Amino acid sequence: MIAVGVLQNILDPAGPQAAHISRLWWLMFWVAAAVFVSVLSFLLVALVKRNRASTESSLTFGVATATAATVATLLVLLGATMFTQRSVASLGAASAVTIELTGHQFWWEVQYDDADPSRRVTTANEFHIPVGRPVVLKVTSRDVIHSFWAPNLTGKRDLIPGYTTAIWLQADRPDVFRAQCAEFCGKQHAHMALDIVAEPEDAFEKWLDGQRKPSQEPTDDAQLHGRDVFMKRQCVLCHQIRGTSANGLVGPDLTHLATRGTLAAATLPNTAGHLGGWIVNAQAIKPGSQMPPNPMTSDELQSLLAYLESLK
Amino acid sequence: MSEPDRELPPVVEDDAAMLERTWGDEPGIVGWITTTDHKRIGIRYLVTAFIFFLAGGVLAALMRYQLSRPENTFLSPDLYNQIFTTHGSNMMFLFAVPVTQALGIYFVPLMVGARSIAFPRLIAYSYWMYVGGGLMLWIPLFLNNGPDAGWFAYTPLSEILYSPMKRVDVWAQMITFTEVAALAIAVSLVTTVFKMRAPGMSLNRIPVFVWGMVVQSFMVIFAMPAVMIASTALILDRLVNTHFFDTERGGDPLLWQHLFWFFGHPEVYIIFIPGTALVSTFVTTFSRRHMFGYLAVVLSLVSTGFIGFGLWVHHMFATGIPQLGASFFTAASIIVAIPTGIQFFCWIATLWSGHPQLKTPLIWAMGFFWVFLIGGLTGVMLAAVPLDIQVHDTYFVVAHLHYVLIGGTVFPLFGAFYYWFPKFTGRMMNEKLGITSFILFFLGFNITFFPMHILGLHGMPRRIYTYLPETGWGTLNGLELIGVVLMTLGTLTFIVDAWMSLRAGVAAGNDPWLAGTLEWLTSSPPPAYNFLHPPTVAGREPVWDNPPDQPVVVGLRNDVRDVLVTHVMDGTPDHRTEFPDPSKWPLLTAMATSALFVGSIFTPRAVITCLLPLFVTMTGWFWPKKSGETGTQPWPIEHRTLPMPNEPPTGKAA
Repeated sequence: MIAVGVLQNILDPAGPQAAHISRLWWLMFWVAAAVFVSVLSFLLVALVKRNRASTESSLTFGVATATAATVATLLVLLGATMFTQRSVASLGAASAVTIELTGHQFWWEVQYDDADPSRRVTTANEFHIPVGRPVVLKVTSRDVIHSFWAPNLTGKRDLIPGYTTAIWLQADRPDVFRAQCAEFCGKQHAHMALDIVAEPEDAFEKWLDGQRKPSQEPTDDAQLHGRDVFMKRQCVLCHQIRGTSANGLVGPDLTHLATRGTLAAATLPNTAGHLGGWIVNAQAIKPGSQMPPNPMTSDELQSLLAYLESLK
Repeated sequence: MSEPDRELPPVVEDDAAMLERTWGDEPGIVGWITTTDHKRIGIRYLVTAFIFFLAGGVLAALMRYQLSRPENTFLSPDLYNQIFTTHGSNMMFLFAVPVTQALGIYFVPLMVGARSIAFPRLIAYSYWMYVGGGLMLWIPLFLNNGPDAGWFAYTPLSEILYSPMKRVDVWAQMITFTEVAALAIAVSLVTTVFKMRAPGMSLNRIPVFVWGMVVQSFMVIFAMPAVMIASTALILDRLVNTHFFDTERGGDPLLWQHLFWFFGHPEVYIIFIPGTALVSTFVTTFSRRHMFGYLAVVLSLVSTGFIGFGLWVHHMFATGIPQLGASFFTAASIIVAIPTGIQFFCWIATLWSGHPQLKTPLIWAMGFFWVFLIGGLTGVMLAAVPLDIQVHDTYFVVAHLHYVLIGGTVFPLFGAFYYWFPKFTGRMMNEKLGITSFILFFLGFNITFFPMHILGLHGMPRRIYTYLPETGWGTLNGLELIGVVLMTLGTLTFIVDAWMSLRAGVAAGNDPWLAGTLEWLTSSPPPAYNFLHPPTVAGREPVWDNPPDQPVVVGLRNDVRDVLVTHVMDGTPDHRTEFPDPSKWPLLTAMATSALFVGSIFTPRAVITCLLPLFVTMTGWFWPKKSGETGTQPWPIEHRTLPMPNEPPTGKAA
């Protein structure tokens, strides 16, 4: 079980691009600090100094020197920026993992590309990547503009309806990184996050294989009953559980819900209690989200939870 | 400099009385409504904008309280979105631009030595349209119908499918209201500066503040139409089903962003260019010397105005701009730091070689140095694409923009209020209270906004109504609440000071700071006709530079609103022209325009039906006067020998 991720920090880079950018940040920071201190020092001296015998030509010389220094500093920063920009733009590798990321109000749809359509994987609000291998994210949106931002890995990229753009990222250490929507997208913009699980190659392949399978069949009565509850209610209108008759494409795919660390777009830990609360009245947790309230008897809810918890 | 408090030419009593009858307003409510006096309208604009500043500040405090701890339920997401949208739109469209333009309305005619602003009825109309825009934004908020798609209203979130209520329509028409108002002022100010300057005020003698207003006005004229087109296209999308921005029917959401930021980035310079020009004014006055590097400073303002139009795309780096294009906008965004840097160096050089007196306006300008410098430096960081795509749309940007806008405009504005309060009212403000309010506001500002840089680096996005406790953002957000309290106290101290000074401040006299520009030549507050004897000037700081026998303008009629029109380049007299009387028509025209704008939200038919009242009121506005001897007159040939700078006067006022 993965806790709600908190790794969301520009200054703690875990990939080559974020590392390049954080180096640029520290360069900019120290240059800015030096400029700030020197300008304010001159200002302070100008305010308190006693001897005011400055000629116009010495003032001109001072201003010209300061301007030249400004231009030189800015040129250095421009050069450093161009250099960083080139390093960040592309990791270019044939072995890259390709993931299609689609924004929805207020969750993320994730698809792993594969030449063989039957091996494509669809999941939501969490994706896994192999450590040390470049990943291409192809991003777009189904409704309004969202923005994908995993600060520990790289800068952000907007998800714009009608456009598909690609960004590269790579994790250099196994960890769970949090990405959050960074473009205002409506009432629940605040609760639209996503976990990125970076893990060693073999663990990643194992996870991906697991995701390729259809959903697990119920193994006991409670789970069977739970599946009935799911199939007979409005759940099927929006959600898909591969291997069943639930084929809704509006909400997140639930085929392997129980393998995910979080619920409601990285808002709640994925526990039975939170899941129950989310199903019965999601509007109390994310007011304005698309998930409607689902009043049901305690018995129905327990069975439904048993079923959903079995979707490993 | 010559002695600053030398005597004005002797007053001819008859003159003053007749001028008062000619230029004064009717007493009471009729005069209040019909006035075209730029000083009354300027004050009115200032006070209204300040009220919007306070109201927007209350919204900010509500947001800071909501965010002061994780998962706070003080505000619902729906209300929070209305509040942050209203806060941003209010501060941009109802406070920052109008308040700087209001200073322009009041002071540009005085500083160029004119009897009136150009197109005075247009200015009256502008004010009423501005009030309409303010009501348009605030009344719906109290009806739970405030705009909620952000002050940038990105499509497709702002399209009818995702924002089905009237909220976005309200926002779009509020834009139209305020932009009409802003454009009217810009046109008037440019005309005033180019055609109504005192004889002798060649281009290189125009005060820096006036230059700032000219640059701002030109930027308004070129930038505002972009957002008016964009908001009109948006409202057409929403109301009559066009599809400018609708992807599914061939529109493009990025078109909106280009149009919006083509306005939105220059908007930043529109807001702070007057602020930097104010700092130049205070630095000159309180250094007791002419501005060092006047030419460099003016050219910096002008070049900022040009470059400001070449970097809007840096708001869109995260959309996936091709690298070559992004590099161009990075370079432009970095270059714009150079003219601002030059201004900083010239201010320091002026203080360095002058005799700085730390009066309250200069102290607020020193606050500007600290705050605006930080905002400028983080601005250079944001110009760099790689860094920008990390901190874009985070609290780092929230910190940056408040350092730029509050630093670049609000600090100089408080200074301007202390500086010009004596001119507005004839009374001085209290220095001790002024310094107290500065310290409270300065500390509060930095405690509120500096931690936001760190929050942004730690991953906190903008425009979120709450956040999870695990993110660790709670501590700094909680700390910021202390800053909010201090800023509030600072603002209240300022209000108390202004109130007390208004009632019992020390009498100011014409020129309490011994400053050099023309507004200090006339009484405090100035008469309706501004100058008993319109001045001519012999230098950049006429009060300091004019010789004692400097001539005044003669030959203007006192029985009608006669003004002198001069040549653009060198300010030599061209002709005189008669200005219109006070009128109820600007208000009625504004009401007809408002009916059109408000009605259009509900039905496209309103656009057609409301054209009739608009036609009627505009006809009233432009109805020619009856009397024969009016309008533009060539400058009488005997006055061609009008005394020019450094020549002895040839006569008194007619």
